[in-house]
Amino acid sequence: MTPTEIHERLKAKFGEAVGPLSEPKIDPFAVVKADALVEVCRFLKATAGLELDFCQDLTAVDWPKKNVIEVVYHLFSYKHRHGIVLKVEADRAAPVVPSVEGVWKAANWMEREVYDLFGVSFTGHPDLRRVLLPDDWVGHPLRKDYQEAGGYHGIPNIRENPLVELRRLDEVKIAAAARNRPPPPPPAAAAPPAPAAPPAAPKA
Amino acid sequence: MSKLILRRAGHTGEEMLLNFGPQHPSTHGVINFIVDTDGEVMKKAIPDVGYLHRSIEKIGEVTGYPGFMPYTDRIDYVAAMFANEGYAIAVEKLLKVEVPARAQYLRAASCELCRIASHLVSVGTMATDIGATTPLVHALRERERINDLIEALCGARLTYNYHRIGGVAFDMPTGWKDQVLAFLDHFESMLTEFDRLITYNEIYLKRLGSVAVIPRELAIDYGLVGPNLRGSGVDWDLRRDAPYGAYKDFKFDVPVGKGLAGTVGDAFDRYHVRILEMKQSSLIVRQALERMPEGEIMAKVQRKPKPEAGEALSRVESARGEMAYYVVSDGTDKAYRVRARTGSYLAMGIIEDISPGMMIADLVALIASLDVVAPEIDR
Repeated sequence: MTPTEIHERLKAKFGEAVGPLSEPKIDPFAVVKADALVEVCRFLKATAGLELDFCQDLTAVDWPKKNVIEVVYHLFSYKHRHGIVLKVEADRAAPVVPSVEGVWKAANWMEREVYDLFGVSFTGHPDLRRVLLPDDWVGHPLRKDYQEAGGYHGIPNIRENPLVELRRLDEVKIAAAARNRPPPPPPAAAAPPAPAAPPAAPKA
Repeated sequence: MSKLILRRAGHTGEEMLLNFGPQHPSTHGVINFIVDTDGEVMKKAIPDVGYLHRSIEKIGEVTGYPGFMPYTDRIDYVAAMFANEGYAIAVEKLLKVEVPARAQYLRAASCELCRIASHLVSVGTMATDIGATTPLVHALRERERINDLIEALCGARLTYNYHRIGGVAFDMPTGWKDQVLAFLDHFESMLTEFDRLITYNEIYLKRLGSVAVIPRELAIDYGLVGPNLRGSGVDWDLRRDAPYGAYKDFKFDVPVGKGLAGTVGDAFDRYHVRILEMKQSSLIVRQALERMPEGEIMAKVQRKPKPEAGEALSRVESARGEMAYYVVSDGTDKAYRVRARTGSYLAMGIIEDISPGMMIADLVALIASLDVVAPEIDR
């Protein structure tokens, strides 16, 4: 099946909850309402002829301009060799999306990663905690407005421009060289005294 | 037997919480397993990852499209060619660039050489983890020769940075083809030697047979990919079933786990699939070199490409299974979002759920047979 045909089956079953298929730029996708997500996923996995049994990818994209975080689901079927891309939009201030861990176990760790790096909380997830970052990390780094805190328990995570330090070392070196240089000989001693001009012959 | 073990793994008040890592020779990098154990039997092993997290995906949003290529090497440094290729294909899809045929063939040849090198590390370290120290030396000896060949091709031995958006960086040097063919002649006989040394060794078969079994349905549900998936009996290989690049031109078999040492989907099947795959990779390299077309190695791509707004997903069959890159463009010369979905990350998700009742020594076999690489998990 093509993504269009899968989308038609979804439209027939869920109606308004499934948005239109995007312009087929490269990979077309459909935006699904968050409330209907789990039902849609169960339908896609269990229905004969669809059987999207592989959750290929589950990630998110932050769009501050639209004030949403999109959670993106790439689904695929080993049996029928077709797939579809679904998206769910969540409010940036408090993003909440239902978990599909009950549908595909693979979603467990990928949802944890999205929670960790984007701060999207997945309702119904059995073990929602940070996975890549430490538990007491502040902020969600893959958000577009993330600011680095400057350190973690005294370990700096920002390094100043190495050129600044190199230039400082250079200046120290130049100053030291200037200090250690032997004092220049007094100009009088260095230059041999110019021969005195012969006294002008007295005018007769 | 398993029921007995599970009963023993119940709460008796004598369990011990053990940190298995992060510095442990058999965890294949910096990974920690928090093992809840009662003597030798585990109640649960909880993977704790992230020690090597470098936020490579965020770096991808800062560098331009071509500038991110060296960073992809660091995603999976044991098989860096695939990480290069996946990213290149995703951006090529966005740019709608057609890669010249010669570059496609060079990509296939370099990737399959890299797959052999990566599988050699995998099977060698697996044997070491199980207790046989000799095979690793043999495997690394062969890998060195592949490193030499790849060094002659692109100048690097580990982080290749060989593929480019629109092609590859260098054409093959004079005489390279003959060197590779000579190596493959030698390598195919070495595989037989490796089989005699370890694969069909009775101790090895008994050690791995029916250990850490992952049934077919579980493997698909948890999203295992590549040799781990095929080890569980799923006949799926992107190179054959959804061919990209030059793979549609090559003939090769896809080895699948058959339960040779006991049960389908056990640690031995995952190991054996890799051994058989090396042979197939060698065949692909031969075909690629023999039919290498003449022509350009790079398509015309701007120095600072600006793909129109959109998104693309690329999938390549890496040595650790399907690797997916999801690249979103907003029409500027920097990617809006780069996402690398790797095989090792998904493989880690299954460990917690199949560990209950296993022996600690079998956890080592499980980790080694899944062939996880820490930087690929953490990125």
